[in-house]
Amino acid sequence: MNLAEAFTIAMRSLRANRLRSALTTLGIVIGVSAVIILVGLGNGIKAGFNTQFGALGNQVIITKINGSVPGGGAAKELKDSDVTALSNPAQAPNIGNVTPVVGGSELVSYNQRQFRAAVQGSTPGYLSVMNRELVVGSMYTPEQAKSNARVVVLGPNAIATLFDGNAGEAVGKTVRIGRGFFDVIGVVKANGQQDDAAIMPLGAARAFLIGGNDTVSQIVVQAGTVNQVPQAQQEIYKVLDSRHLIRDPAKRDYQATALQSLLDQANQFLTFLTLFTVAVAAISLIVGGIGVANIMLVSVTERTREIGIRKAIGARRSAIMKQFLIESTMLAGIGGFVGILIGTAITVAAQVIIPKVAPDFGAPTVSIGAVALSFAVSLLIGLIAGGFPANRAARLQPIEALRYQ
Amino acid sequence: MLGGGQNPQPGGKMIELDSVTKIYKMGDIELRALNNVSLSIAAGDLVAIMGASGSGKSTMMNILGCLDVPTEGVYRLDGVDVGDLKDNALAEIRNRKIGFVFQSFNLIPRTSAVRNVELPMVYAGIGNRRGKAVEALERVGLGGRVKHMPNELSGGQQQRVAIARAIVTDPVMILADEPTGNLDSASTTEIMKLLVELNDTGRTVILITHENDVAQFAKRVVTLRDGEIVSDEVQHNRTVVPQ
Repeated sequence: MNLAEAFTIAMRSLRANRLRSALTTLGIVIGVSAVIILVGLGNGIKAGFNTQFGALGNQVIITKINGSVPGGGAAKELKDSDVTALSNPAQAPNIGNVTPVVGGSELVSYNQRQFRAAVQGSTPGYLSVMNRELVVGSMYTPEQAKSNARVVVLGPNAIATLFDGNAGEAVGKTVRIGRGFFDVIGVVKANGQQDDAAIMPLGAARAFLIGGNDTVSQIVVQAGTVNQVPQAQQEIYKVLDSRHLIRDPAKRDYQATALQSLLDQANQFLTFLTLFTVAVAAISLIVGGIGVANIMLVSVTERTREIGIRKAIGARRSAIMKQFLIESTMLAGIGGFVGILIGTAITVAAQVIIPKVAPDFGAPTVSIGAVALSFAVSLLIGLIAGGFPANRAARLQPIEALRYQ
Repeated sequence: MLGGGQNPQPGGKMIELDSVTKIYKMGDIELRALNNVSLSIAAGDLVAIMGASGSGKSTMMNILGCLDVPTEGVYRLDGVDVGDLKDNALAEIRNRKIGFVFQSFNLIPRTSAVRNVELPMVYAGIGNRRGKAVEALERVGLGGRVKHMPNELSGGQQQRVAIARAIVTDPVMILADEPTGNLDSASTTEIMKLLVELNDTGRTVILITHENDVAQFAKRVVTLRDGEIVSDEVQHNRTVVPQ
């Protein structure tokens, strides 16, 4: 018996019991569409995460160790000279850009309202290094930075407290920070992490608020590319170890954290989370497979006489086996196909809706791999689920099968 | 005409049963359904095998139809010893050499007449099935009912579909098990007429029946009782098919 004929017979039998076939495939439909949707959502979250933070991937952040250094002694401060040394391409060819940051906590007040802000004194390149955008206004110019101009770019939390969230109104106003008065020249967009910030020229922060002549609290190093991060990190260790007179890497008085490794960890976690939810969805596929096996057993019992007739007129065991295996595989395959249609449709719909409702979430994408794999798995489940019933049908003795009422 | 091209020369041995015994075991009880039966049927013959229920008739039918194998003894069909063949080889013999006609028609439900007739060819891997199936249906007078489902046909018509299915692979032997058992007298005559016609074209036909009216059509009548042959007679004054 050829395959085309077996397919015709299977199709006929499935059509004869339309409702039953449809209900049986439901488990597979739900399983396959759930896998596609969940993988799509997972990919969306990951993509959203990576567009939000991926730009930070080439950063290494250097900070002084808090408290005592392992092995005793106080940690040396990070200094402007460290920044200069790191900026020297001869010593650190893989380092592209070095941005010093001084930080401190200061009270910002305007019209008797107060807000405790995280002051960040840095270079004009700070925003682009930190991958932040302005809602309104502009960043201070290199000239303003050089002249220690008393200007500030406020974060959204300060705007919310001091200006009732009205960013446009804030620009041009003068606020009091610590004991000095600063002009608000811009407002940064919220990113959920450093929204308490008040960003100002490095010199102004030192001169009027935080103090210290040449110390910095943080150095943000950008490697040339993401791939150069490991080399850049080694160069940082080399340069700073010699400057801080450190011989034992375990006794460093500073730490250089590559954001990429944090991002990798986060990505790994998201992948794990996606796999976990998909595994839960896959349980539905297995349950669906049991449904298929169950209904195939019913079908074999119902058609015992038909099997007897087929055997009497010359069907071999393999022909009967093939007939039922194809029937169960088709049943599961149709379920898989419908599941793909539904899963893809919902994912595409979410692609349109989610960016409007939750822009940070990341739009889900239909994963071709998930589609192909879940379809293949549903076919496999059909094959396995049909195996036992088909074998049972193939082994029926024709006389007994013909006698079956 | 679907002739008997494959059939051996008339007079050659189509069926040879040599001391065939069939024992069914039910727990500790042994049931001898056939006891040391020897029978030889010539090619081209029309034989009725008669007997009351429990006489071993059905067992005889199962063994002759290669649906079951004897416990002891030898069964040769068209020269082939069937005794030690495996399931698949038996299936092939049933497919190629035997055409079955059953009391309850045994058509596949929800499957059109022509698809039912095609079925043996599907399992034999024969091509141009549609044409041959339609031809066989025309042969039994159902050329106009090709697409009908079994439940849209009368009993007589269903049995004719079954006969078309039995002859479509051009088997050497037609094995009819109570072919008219579920039919009224008009349909009975129709079906018997068809079977006799098939025999006239040289095909061996074996009727398993308990009805004298049916057996009347046969050239030879073999009677079974308690698993043994009690009479075997040539029937000189058999019913002639009304033309």
